[in-house]
Amino acid sequence: MIHDCINGANGDMAVLETRGLKKHFGRIRAVDGIDLTSTDGELLAILGPSGSGKSTLMRMVAGLEEPSAGDILVDGRSIVGIPPKRRNVAMVFQSFALYPHMSVLENIRFPLVARRVPAAEQREKIDWVTGILDIGDLLERRPTRLSGGQMQRVALARALVRDPELFVFDEPLSSLDAQIRSQARGELRELHDRTQITTLYVTHDQLEALGLADRVAVVHNGCIQQLGTPRTLYEDPGNLFVAGFIGDPPMNRLDLGDNVILGVRPEHLLLEHGEEDPGEVALRLEVELEHLEFLGAEWLIYAAVCAGVPETGRRRPRVIARLRQAEPPSMETGQRRTLVVRRANARYFDAESGERRSAPSGVAA
Amino acid sequence: MSAAAQGGWFARAGDALERPRVLGTVMLAPAVLYIVAFVAVPFCIAIALSFSDATVGDPTISSFVGLENFRAVMQQEAFMSALRNSIIVTVATVVGIVVLATIAVEILAREFPGRRLVQVLFMLPWAMPVALAAITWLWLLDSQFSPIDWLLVQLGLLGPGTPLGPAKHLYYLGREWLGLGSVVFVDIWRTLPLATIIVLAGRLSIPRERLEQAQIDGAGFFRVLLRIIIPALAPVLIVAILFTALLVIGEMSTVALLTRGGPGHSGQILPYWAYLKGIESGDLAQGAAVSLFLFPVLAAAAIVALRFAARLHRD
Amino acid sequence: MRRQARKTGFYTAVVLLVLFSILPIAYAVLTIFKKESELFDPGSNPFLYEQGATLKHLVFLFTGTPFPTFLWNSLVIGVFVVAITVVLAVPAAYALARLTGRWGESSGMAIFLVYLIPPTLLFIPLFRIVVWLGLANSIWSLVVVLPTITVPFCTWLLLGFFRSVPRELDEAALLDGCSRFTAFRKVVLPQALPGIGACMVFAFSLSLSNYIYSVTFISESASRNLSAGVPTELIRGDVYFWPSLMAATAIVAIPLGLAYGLLFDYLVRGFQSAETG
Repeated sequence: MIHDCINGANGDMAVLETRGLKKHFGRIRAVDGIDLTSTDGELLAILGPSGSGKSTLMRMVAGLEEPSAGDILVDGRSIVGIPPKRRNVAMVFQSFALYPHMSVLENIRFPLVARRVPAAEQREKIDWVTGILDIGDLLERRPTRLSGGQMQRVALARALVRDPELFVFDEPLSSLDAQIRSQARGELRELHDRTQITTLYVTHDQLEALGLADRVAVVHNGCIQQLGTPRTLYEDPGNLFVAGFIGDPPMNRLDLGDNVILGVRPEHLLLEHGEEDPGEVALRLEVELEHLEFLGAEWLIYAAVCAGVPETGRRRPRVIARLRQAEPPSMETGQRRTLVVRRANARYFDAESGERRSAPSGVAA
Repeated sequence: MSAAAQGGWFARAGDALERPRVLGTVMLAPAVLYIVAFVAVPFCIAIALSFSDATVGDPTISSFVGLENFRAVMQQEAFMSALRNSIIVTVATVVGIVVLATIAVEILAREFPGRRLVQVLFMLPWAMPVALAAITWLWLLDSQFSPIDWLLVQLGLLGPGTPLGPAKHLYYLGREWLGLGSVVFVDIWRTLPLATIIVLAGRLSIPRERLEQAQIDGAGFFRVLLRIIIPALAPVLIVAILFTALLVIGEMSTVALLTRGGPGHSGQILPYWAYLKGIESGDLAQGAAVSLFLFPVLAAAAIVALRFAARLHRD
Repeated sequence: MRRQARKTGFYTAVVLLVLFSILPIAYAVLTIFKKESELFDPGSNPFLYEQGATLKHLVFLFTGTPFPTFLWNSLVIGVFVVAITVVLAVPAAYALARLTGRWGESSGMAIFLVYLIPPTLLFIPLFRIVVWLGLANSIWSLVVVLPTITVPFCTWLLLGFFRSVPRELDEAALLDGCSRFTAFRKVVLPQALPGIGACMVFAFSLSLSNYIYSVTFISESASRNLSAGVPTELIRGDVYFWPSLMAATAIVAIPLGLAYGLLFDYLVRGFQSAETG
């Protein structure tokens, strides 16, 4: 492979593909059959709760774990069995894993030295990468004397300096302070747009995944629950897990009986104003307001459902509605109101399997 | 990438070394082979010797005599005395160590001016070779010129008409119990630094918040020590006890230099008796039998203690 | 008031602890420069110099006794034992900490059991092995045998140090293009240097300290080390060259004590990671 372009747009973009990938630790099935194909130069997020298998998936791609079964391909070539040093995969660790006994410069130079890059080329690449990440004045420092944000930039520089085919990010923002996280998110996206390196971005934080990625794979129990663009995941969750995992607060779930569950986003629970087209309304709910929460640009309304869905258990179902306004809504706790769900906003799931289904025939027209 | 990927024996060997198991075995092998050659093999020879009738004159392990050596050894008065003393010395040292190490740890866990100097001075007993340390004590406890005796005389505690008797010397090393007591004292003195380091490591691992919380809850120094620190230290205290016990039970130089197992054989201990039997009088078989005697007890005790320590750690 | 009392109590405890630790060595130093006439006068105060000081005993130690030979032998033995220990224990500890999986995780206890086998159990068969190797009466017998004590101990201590190095550092190095061994050498090893330093001091002092192998394997004066030589050759029958003996102990103890004292924090850290690992 010829690394002749050092301006970043190197054209070495790669397609990552996994086929039936499995990893079992004894009886624990960490990854249980994952098929995934990235597009060229994509930023693909792997989103899942802790213990979902996302880290194991990433470690197999990087070569730190051997798969129990299945294959991993880069541009159609299998990389299973190839030691990490000969995979051209760069990784940014959650802890950044900077070498504490080396200066920032030595840290960044390390992958070049390990790969026996000639000295002149080393200098060019280091200049380029320190320029992109704006860390020229940190080079002589020790990693222990850097702030979290600076450590992240150095870790990125070390990963980027050797023109990897594939980037793997392991929760790279979770060690940062909350204040600089959104800024760092923007910088990551900008960096990706400049370098166009295919990136696997592993996170448990849906804000990061949705805000940053071209596509998101939601992983749970070692399997991909849904793979799609952030909008698809949000608007058309493929099953109840995704519906409950994506969105904050998550999708409201209402048991309609007959094995049907209706899902509706908080912002799609609307106050009835009497002028709705009955053909447009999928569900009307009588609710009792329990409390209101002010979040700056919006209000969250917590309510208990009194009527509108079949009685199922001892406890009345709860819903959360979101009101996109800053001024206080004209309502008080204890009041009764009617909320409507428009047909366009109603999503139906099979209660047993959790999968999406079509609207039940009995639903009000 | 492609150049390195090209086959060949060398590249394949290199790739094999990338497998953790393979590299691990390669890196572990020298140490394991060495330990097998110089610990496991001699250990087996020791067992074989103890069941044979080998001597220095005829060191071949040709005829097996079963438990004869153990029987013969146990009939010797010196052996029974050595067995008793080894147990007494070890237990007494361990008790002393536990008490003193807990105190020393509370001192060394703090920051105070001059801490570095105190550390250096505190480590001196452990830094000295045991035999040389024993010699310094030999001089301190000398029958004629002991400065401790001199001090006691000056304080009016020793000499004619004083509580400690008419003689002007205590003859520490010439009397059975005083001699054994001196050995215990020297053993405590020389192993205290190591035991303290072990316990201190555990002490510094106790989260500070836990101590502060206890103080906020109104617990005084001794309550914090008894209720928080000592329970948290139980696992490391066990490790410290094990280390100390092993160091003491296997060391013969304190006795060899201080009391020579005397007077008579009343101050004898197992390792020195094994040395006298096996090397000085050349009865390899009986020497091996003596030195093997405590091993099963020791091993069982160590396994139980370590299990216990590991369980405490998990809780 | 109460705080003042507490402070006084604390410093009293510090002074008592230090006195307890240095008592024999301090008295040894006091003895070195005493004239014999004063030393063996039962009426004189043993803590004072009433007849002035002398360097005679120190000079005698280096010119009239084989002490310099013992010192040199111990030094040579120590250096070789340390080297062998590092070469064997460092890779073994890393392998157990990182490479051998679940089997390595429970190895702490196994190593401990090896350490548990006391020298008193092995010295008779080891003597035969030493004779068989043709090393009896040679300092090389100790070089070969003493690592049996230092290797298990140092492996155990280093295991803790290696476990306290974050795994991500190895992994980052692997991804950066290192082989596993290079990752160990260039990235993990430098993090464990304090631990290796602590191990070297420990191995050196253990090699000096061992008595039973020294007196068993070597009976020729020229090959003896400090532990075996000083007590046997500087004590002739019932004649003790006390001031010279004390000089010998002080000369050995003080540098070693300094080394330990300066590495104190690293030793504690080593045990800390070994205990929690």
